Amino acid sequence: MSTDSALQAEQKIVLHGRKVVAGCAEGEALVTSETISGWGGVNPMDGTVIETRHELRGTSFKDKVLVFPGAKGSSGWSAIFHMARLAGTAPKAMIFVEMTTKAALGAVVVRAPAMTDLDQDPISVIETGDWVKVDADNGIVEIIKRKD
Amino acid sequence: MKLTDSEKAMLDGTEGKACQKAMELLVRYGEALGADRFIETTNIAGVPGSSNPFLQNYYKDAGGGYDAIFSLFDLDSDEVIEVPQIKTNGCHLQGGYDPENWETLGAKPEAARISRESEEFIADHGVKILKTCTPYLAGNVPVMGEHCAWMESSAVVYCNSVLGARTNTEGRESTSAAMLTGVIPDWGFHRDDYRYGTHRIDVDVEVASVMDWGMLGYFTGDAVQEHIPVITGNHDEPDLIRYKHFGAAAASSGGVEMYHIAGVTPEAESLEAAFGPNQPVEVFRYGEEERRRVYDELNSVGDNEDVDFVMLGCPHYSLEQIEEACRLIGDRKISDNCRLWIFTSRAVKMLADQKKYTQIIREAGGVLLTDTCSAISQSIPPGTRVAALDSAKQTHYLPAFMGIEAWFGTTKECIDAAVGARWNGERP
Repeated sequence: MSTDSALQAEQKIVLHGRKVVAGCAEGEALVTSETISGWGGVNPMDGTVIETRHELRGTSFKDKVLVFPGAKGSSGWSAIFHMARLAGTAPKAMIFVEMTTKAALGAVVVRAPAMTDLDQDPISVIETGDWVKVDADNGIVEIIKRKD
Repeated sequence: MKLTDSEKAMLDGTEGKACQKAMELLVRYGEALGADRFIETTNIAGVPGSSNPFLQNYYKDAGGGYDAIFSLFDLDSDEVIEVPQIKTNGCHLQGGYDPENWETLGAKPEAARISRESEEFIADHGVKILKTCTPYLAGNVPVMGEHCAWMESSAVVYCNSVLGARTNTEGRESTSAAMLTGVIPDWGFHRDDYRYGTHRIDVDVEVASVMDWGMLGYFTGDAVQEHIPVITGNHDEPDLIRYKHFGAAAASSGGVEMYHIAGVTPEAESLEAAFGPNQPVEVFRYGEEERRRVYDELNSVGDNEDVDFVMLGCPHYSLEQIEEACRLIGDRKISDNCRLWIFTSRAVKMLADQKKYTQIIREAGGVLLTDTCSAISQSIPPGTRVAALDSAKQTHYLPAFMGIEAWFGTTKECIDAAVGARWNGERP
C-alpha cells in the first residue's frame, strides 16, 4: 500500500445529525437516491428490493448500512421491515433524509441504530461500499471512503 | 416527549401490562418522529393480529397463539402479554382472504384457517371487522377535524382530503398500540401548519369520468411525490367514487397523503386558503398531452389483447359501482376464456345481496368477493396472462407482483373485455 492510499484510507468524514433509533453499529454502506417501498417493494425473506425499475432491484440490504432518501408507498412499510428483522435480513443501521411516519415506525421496529437530519446530504456524501459507523447515541456518522 | 399524567400512568403500567407495552412502543415512535407530545384518538383503522404462516412459525416457541403475535409483533414487545379489550373505536382494514370464497382465490386451507382464527381473536377483543380498504363506505366516516390513526394509503388520503379529518399514514404497530392506549404522536397531519398545499396542479383538459380522475391522480402523485398538491382549473366536481380513485392513484404513483381541490374540498375554500402561508414550490400543467402520457404509461404493461382476467374493486367498489357493473353486463355472459372478479367490503356485499347484484354477477359468470383484492392477496385465476383493470392503483401494483400484462381503461371497457375476452380500450 502506498503512503497516499494509506492516508486516504485513514481519511474520515464526520457528519452530525439527529438520533431516530438509539444504538451504534458499523458496516458497509448501501446507498440509493430513490425512495424505498416496503410492501410490494421489498422481499423481507432475503432483504432484497423487488420494485420494478428501482435502481436497487435485486440487491439485498441485509447487514448493510442502508442510506436512502425516505419511505414511500403502502402503509405496510413498517410491517415488512419488521418481518425483515425477524427473518434476519434487516439493515445493520439506517440513515435517511425525509422524515415520515412510515420511515420512523419502520426504523423503530427494525431496532437498528437510525439517524436523520444530517448536516450534509448523506446520499451524495456516502457511496455504496464506504465503511460507515452510525453512532446514533451521540448523533455522529463516520464515513471511511471505499478504496477503489 | 412530554406526557400527560394519564399517559405517564399508562407507561408506568397502572393500566396493565399490554397498555404499558403499547405506550412504550408509541414513545419510541414519537421520539423517532421528533414529536413532543401525543394527541388523543378513538378512531383507529389498522390490521391488528393479522397472521401468516411465517409469523405463526416464527412465534411457535412463544406459544404461537394470537396473544403472542399481538404482543411480539403488533406491540413489538419482548414478552407475551395477555391482550385486553381495546378501549377505542378500532376497526380492521382489508385482509387476505374472502371467508366464503377463499377457494376461488386459490388460498390454502391452512392460510384460510389462520385468517379465520386471527379474525375471531381480534373480534373478541373489541375490534370491528370491516375488512375493507374503504372503511368510509362501511360505517366508519370520521368528521371534520377528528383525529384518527389510520393505515391504508387510499383511506388515509380520503380521510384527510375529502373528510377534513386528520391522520398520518400509520402502520400496523402504531395502530395496534393506539387501539389499546387511545393516543398517537401529535405530528404531521394532526397539525394545522402541515396541512397546507405545497404544489399546484393546473388542470387544462376535461376531467370528468372515474377513469379521468384516476389518471389525474396518477399524474399528480408522480409529480408531487409525498407533498401536498392543490388541484385547480378546468375539471368537473368529483363525487365520492372519483375522489376514491383519484386519491388511491395519487398515493400509489407518489406518496400523497393529502390534497386540496381549490373551491371544493373542505380545507380549500379558495386557492389561497389551500396554500395558507405557503407559496407553490412547483406548478405542473395537466393538459391533453399529459393525460395521454399517463394513459400510455398505465398501459405500457399491456401488449397481448386477449384478456383472460378482469378485476374490479380497487379501492373496494361502492354499491353504485356494483350496480353499474351489473348494468354494463346487461343480459350478456362473461366469456369462457375470461374471469371476472369484483371486490367490495362485507357491508356493501350485504346490500348487493339484497339487491340481487351478487346473483346477477354470478349468473353472468363473474363473482363478487370481499375482504381483499388481487394485489393484497396476490391471487389471480390460474393461468392468467392478461388482466383488464379500471383502477390506476391496481394497475400500478398487480402486473409487477404477478408478472402479468395489464390494460387500464373505463369500467365499461373492462366489462366488455370480460364478455369478449378481448381488449378494445380507446386511447383518450
